[in-house]
Amino acid sequence: MSKFKKKKSGDLPAISTASLPDIVFMLLFFFMVATVMRENTLLIKNNLPSADQIEKLDKKDLVMYIYAGQPQERFQSQFGKESRIQLNDKFADVKDIAAFIAAERASKREELRDYLTTSLKVDKDANMGLVGDIKQELRKVNALKINYTTKKGDITLNKKGN
Amino acid sequence: MAKRAAPEVNAGSMADIAFLLLIFFLVTTTIETDSGISRKLPPIDDTQQEDVIIKEKNLFTVLINGKDQLLVEDELMELKDLRKAATAFLDNGGGTDNEGNKCDYCHGKKDPSSSDHPDKAIISLKNDRETTYSVYISVQNELVAAYNDLRDRRAQDLYGITFKEMQKNLSDVNYKGNKDKLKEKIEKIQVEYPQKLSEVQN
Repeated sequence: MSKFKKKKSGDLPAISTASLPDIVFMLLFFFMVATVMRENTLLIKNNLPSADQIEKLDKKDLVMYIYAGQPQERFQSQFGKESRIQLNDKFADVKDIAAFIAAERASKREELRDYLTTSLKVDKDANMGLVGDIKQELRKVNALKINYTTKKGDITLNKKGN
Repeated sequence: MAKRAAPEVNAGSMADIAFLLLIFFLVTTTIETDSGISRKLPPIDDTQQEDVIIKEKNLFTVLINGKDQLLVEDELMELKDLRKAATAFLDNGGGTDNEGNKCDYCHGKKDPSSSDHPDKAIISLKNDRETTYSVYISVQNELVAAYNDLRDRRAQDLYGITFKEMQKNLSDVNYKGNKDKLKEKIEKIQVEYPQKLSEVQN
């Protein structure tokens, strides 16, 4: 009988997990290189629309970001559901934009100030009234280069409910 | 005393540590979207300006109302037809430009009731305060696409390479060809199909 028992005892060898750290480190490095730290804490919903005729914004340090959209759910009791502007880490009013642009300009070297671009990160469900107000305010302070930041994708993704 | 071999350090928890770091980076970072449609706003000019008279046929009006419907040249239009309509309008070439030159590179129908020359053709975009931003971006995208399609076609005809590729080459540091010449070519096409997109203030 012992003949049979011996055959059964051949257990599967344990799979070596020695290379698991290497794999995870590889992923880690990929994410460290491909992503950037979040600069602003978003207080608003910021689901960008899609477009396919886009140009890349290079020179990240010469970009000013203006966010707009509906306040996130946890702020809605305080700020309501109407779309709002966010500058840096705070909710802001349309008239605060001029001061914001002036502050951004002051923080850059003088020879670079002409190259500053304003990136409008506006939620796709926001209405154009707010965007129009922002644009008008930007014209007043002579910040004329703007970029409607979008995701890369077909415009059919912009339909409601997506 | 007998020399004992140093015990091997257990590396089993290395994966856990790496996972921890990985998850930290996944949570705190974003893949930043840094591309979009670039536009230039018109400067505010308080000085009284003479009104420029633009012929109705050289103007392509696009209206977006508060219910996100499109009115193009006084007709309702679906978003998917906009690019074609804009291309047909820009490429019509029914007349001459300011210097009296005919558009010999236009492939359009040469309809006398549509635009005279790409140089004169202006697209006018007007939106309502209630228009949704995503619809506005879609329309902008389609109008820019109309210009880009025409420029691509022209570049393809002249140099056998698309306009997009030419621009990519221009910003590519490893590009082998002559950049000054390339720049000239790009400018030539930009002059032939100038982007004249005006937005109505409301």
